Amino acid sequence: MSLLLWGLVGLPAVAGAALVIWRQWLDRAAPTVALLTATAALLLAVVVAIARPTASAPFLPSAPLTLVTDGLAAVVAITVAAVGLLVLLAAAAEIDDARARFFGLMLLFLSAVLLTVTAANLVGLLLAWEMMGATSYALIAHHWRSDRHADSGAMAFLTTRAGDLGLYLAAGAALAAGAGLGLPNFGLDGLAGLPAPWLHVAAAGVLAAAFGKAAQLPFSFWLSRAMDGPSPVSALLHSAAMVAMGGYLLLRTAPLLGAAGWAAGVAAWGGALTALVLGAVAIAQSDLKQLLAASTSAQLGFVVLGAGTAAYGGVTAGTAHLVGHAAVKSLLFLAAGAWLATLGTQQLAALRGAARAHPVVGAGAVVGLLALAGVPPLSLWATKDAVLAAAGQRSFALYLVTLAAALLSAAYAAKALGLLLTDPVSEPKRGLSAARNPVSVPKRGRLPLALLAIGAAVLGVLALPWFGAALGELSPPISPQKLVLTGLLALAVTALVVAMPRLLPAPGWARNWLNLEAAAHAVAVRPVLALATALARFDDRVLHAAVLATAPAARRLAAGAATADDAGLHGGAVRRVTDGARRLGQLARRPQTGQLHHYYAQAAVVLAAAVVLLLVVS
Amino acid sequence: MLSVLIFLPLLPAAVLAGWRGVPDAAARWTWVVASAVEVVLVAALWIGYQGPGIGYETAVAWIPAAGSSYHVGVDGLSLPLLAMTAVVFLAAAVYSLAEQNRPRPFAALFLALQTTCMGLFAALDLILFFVFFDLSIVGMYFVIAGWGHGRDAARSALTFFLYTFLGSLALLLGFIGLYVAADPHTFDMVELTRTAPLAGSGAAGGLVLTAILIGLAIKTPTIPFHTWLPPAHTDAPAAGSAVLAGVLLKMGTYGFVRIAMPMLPDAWRGYATVIVVVGVISVLYGALVALAQTSFKRMVAYTSVNHMGYILLAVGAAGIVAGTDPTARTVAVTGAVTQMVSHGLITAALFLLAGVLADRGGSYELDAYGGLAADTPRFATLTAVAAFASLGLPGFSGFIAEFQIFAGSLGSAPVATAAALLGILLTAGLLLWALHRLFLGPRRHELPGVADVRPSESWAIAPLLVLVLLIGVFPAPLLDVIEPASRAVVELVAR
Repeated sequence: MSLLLWGLVGLPAVAGAALVIWRQWLDRAAPTVALLTATAALLLAVVVAIARPTASAPFLPSAPLTLVTDGLAAVVAITVAAVGLLVLLAAAAEIDDARARFFGLMLLFLSAVLLTVTAANLVGLLLAWEMMGATSYALIAHHWRSDRHADSGAMAFLTTRAGDLGLYLAAGAALAAGAGLGLPNFGLDGLAGLPAPWLHVAAAGVLAAAFGKAAQLPFSFWLSRAMDGPSPVSALLHSAAMVAMGGYLLLRTAPLLGAAGWAAGVAAWGGALTALVLGAVAIAQSDLKQLLAASTSAQLGFVVLGAGTAAYGGVTAGTAHLVGHAAVKSLLFLAAGAWLATLGTQQLAALRGAARAHPVVGAGAVVGLLALAGVPPLSLWATKDAVLAAAGQRSFALYLVTLAAALLSAAYAAKALGLLLTDPVSEPKRGLSAARNPVSVPKRGRLPLALLAIGAAVLGVLALPWFGAALGELSPPISPQKLVLTGLLALAVTALVVAMPRLLPAPGWARNWLNLEAAAHAVAVRPVLALATALARFDDRVLHAAVLATAPAARRLAAGAATADDAGLHGGAVRRVTDGARRLGQLARRPQTGQLHHYYAQAAVVLAAAVVLLLVVS
Repeated sequence: MLSVLIFLPLLPAAVLAGWRGVPDAAARWTWVVASAVEVVLVAALWIGYQGPGIGYETAVAWIPAAGSSYHVGVDGLSLPLLAMTAVVFLAAAVYSLAEQNRPRPFAALFLALQTTCMGLFAALDLILFFVFFDLSIVGMYFVIAGWGHGRDAARSALTFFLYTFLGSLALLLGFIGLYVAADPHTFDMVELTRTAPLAGSGAAGGLVLTAILIGLAIKTPTIPFHTWLPPAHTDAPAAGSAVLAGVLLKMGTYGFVRIAMPMLPDAWRGYATVIVVVGVISVLYGALVALAQTSFKRMVAYTSVNHMGYILLAVGAAGIVAGTDPTARTVAVTGAVTQMVSHGLITAALFLLAGVLADRGGSYELDAYGGLAADTPRFATLTAVAAFASLGLPGFSGFIAEFQIFAGSLGSAPVATAAALLGILLTAGLLLWALHRLFLGPRRHELPGVADVRPSESWAIAPLLVLVLLIGVFPAPLLDVIEPASRAVVELVAR
């Protein structure tokens, strides 16, 4: 049985590596190989979810590489494998350059995610965690001939790696406290049971790593730049996988956050504020993918908030929201990608009426956006309400902030919805490229959209009490009245925004993602580069120069002595002394021939003398 | 068998040096075959090694009156380094199949150099260690001075020679101090490790350790003794740089775990904080200065300072005994030894790749290129893999080393370790930036028809990276050898 678990992680890794390495020969076969592999991974994920095997292999002396599946891991593994397969299916229709590299990297990424989900200890987690970062770098920079795209990939990797350092700290804390790296059981109780100072170090480290990956504040800006990658990349990495793994890590380590006390509060408030602020950012975007990206940060905020309210069933709520969001968001990114491919734009203004021009893609997008808005009975309406219920148990203020964030998500979803659904005939003046060039979306690309739309519609069932029982976690106390109330509120906001889109403000700070990227440059990048330049100059002009200066200094010293000698110290005794010194100096200069073998011979003589000296001493 | 491994390369070296009539092609292939035999021998040695403790021990009287003997053997510290040395020299030999400049003496010199390197890692006698240490400096001097391609090759070679030679004299001073303190007087490492003659002697132990530390720090190199390294690398031929950074630097770090820690435990504990601080400064300073370089080769050279800094951090943290967990300290030292192997393989690959770059474009300057991935996809892939390995990406050996160093050191030196963690962020930034400037973006160079890696180049570089990957994914066979030895070192330091 453990072989199945290794297969789940190993199969995509091996197939992906083969595609990347032999990409010259496999370009034509790449989509087929990738689809077969992803299908196998999905089947394995289902089998593993039922059988719940454990697998272990020797890795580090103090920590084997152990994989386990519990309820949470099973649910998320199936989600990731399913979305992965559907996205690859869509990508097979969309990606037409460097296919072997692209599909190979996607499979490697999928493998890293599946390992993240099943890793039982910090070593395996970190291994997978940074592999996700590296493959995402290469995927975002798919169009590497553009400097901007290469930079965007590097920014995603570096920003998330800055957070990843926290996991190294957490591992060090576990080891320093004598807990070892192989945690005794999968609940990560090992970390939650650490003694005082190390407990807080571990909690802080895990929070940093998760906030970085989940694009929570203040790390959110990398996700904006990550939109330079192809749409299928966003459909997988920025919906179900990479960013979602940030949320997953916190759901997984919720006992640690709870044990540390303050850490649960940071997760709860950090998530809620990200949901609120990035919701405002999403409203201000004029580019469909940027809107979706900001919305991803915001939606992951609800998941992170769930992890911070574990005591009230937040883990169940957060997991449900993670799964529902994965379907919704990958659906929307694929739709955005389909329009980019057929209409050549992702600007919202230019996509006016696009949903009517392409009914299949349009229907998918409408379902996705309505779900994102929290309109009943679609998935995110129910899952978001579960998160709200847990938040409300923690504090009323948290509940209010979260509710506001939920209404903002209705607003930004409705903004896109209104534009996509505008009747192009009723507004003929607006340059409706969408209606004029109805190039049809390839058929192969439609199946994933349809399946994801079904998921986006029905996954609200995860908010029902059975899900908590299946996970082995508390269920949040959802009240039917509040459920109806938030549903009606979301519906009202959506209707209002669709009817009167001009109500929505778009302040500069929100359009520019709070200027976080510029701030990161000002606070971190530029000072570090300046320091580096200064140190390099110091290294060349001071440190190295000082070493080189010792030779001329010695020579000058001798010359100075000679000058002093000539200047008139000609008295009898003095003269004899200086003459003697000069003779000594000449003698000393003789061996300094500048020829290496002479130096070496002298050293050998010194060595021999030392040996003789030792013999005499002993 | 161990002595065969050490001295076997001298035979072809002597033939190649003495017989001027050997055709160039024969000289190149002789070198490759001899290095390949060394790899096979070291593999056989590895398979036959029954750890823990010293295996393949040979002790023959040499200078009995001075308490020095020809005493060699291998254990979990030296075996991985011997294997890494053999592999790096084979890579250098294969890479040099394209060497046009006097290949016969070049091969002879490298074979002789290999003997000194193998001998050093196998030595169990301080005088033997010292002799191999110095001879390796001489060999490398001639490599840089004779085959260097920079304008200042001779000057860089002399700087390298004088600087590291000065270090070796400091080392000798320390060795003599150990000898004098031992009763009976001896240079035997096993004996000195067992008795730790300067334990409890206060100032004397500190002075002896200072001398040894300065000697090793120059070789490693650490801040502030590293300035010989960049010019030496800039001017050395690619194969020379690979051996210099891959193997010769490890002589310094190996000295810490082989000589300084076990023979001077209480002095080491006293100096531990200083060593940690020097390590952290090396990490950050090396990375920052590397970030500012415009030359790819100098940049890689400075990353060596950064990577060696992690080793210092780990061995220093292992000396902070009070209130810390011995398991954690063992993890740190295991990480340090793994880092020696890992850095040897990765940096050798990077320097060979730098050689390819200079061969194609005639320059190491990063801004002389741009968009090269379009012309040379395989070269780009190899460099990207080497760069990601160097920045410590999991799945490669660097992660196995650095993860253990960080995780093991945090308990002993929390602030220093947290600061050193920034090093892996800086190296990630600088290596990605270098990759971008060389390979990505629009085409920025004017070179007509840049050739991709040739067979001799890819057969030299790819196996190094495959090994790096294997260690990264299946580290257990390597760590099972290292771990008992590092646990022993940790116990010796704590006594």
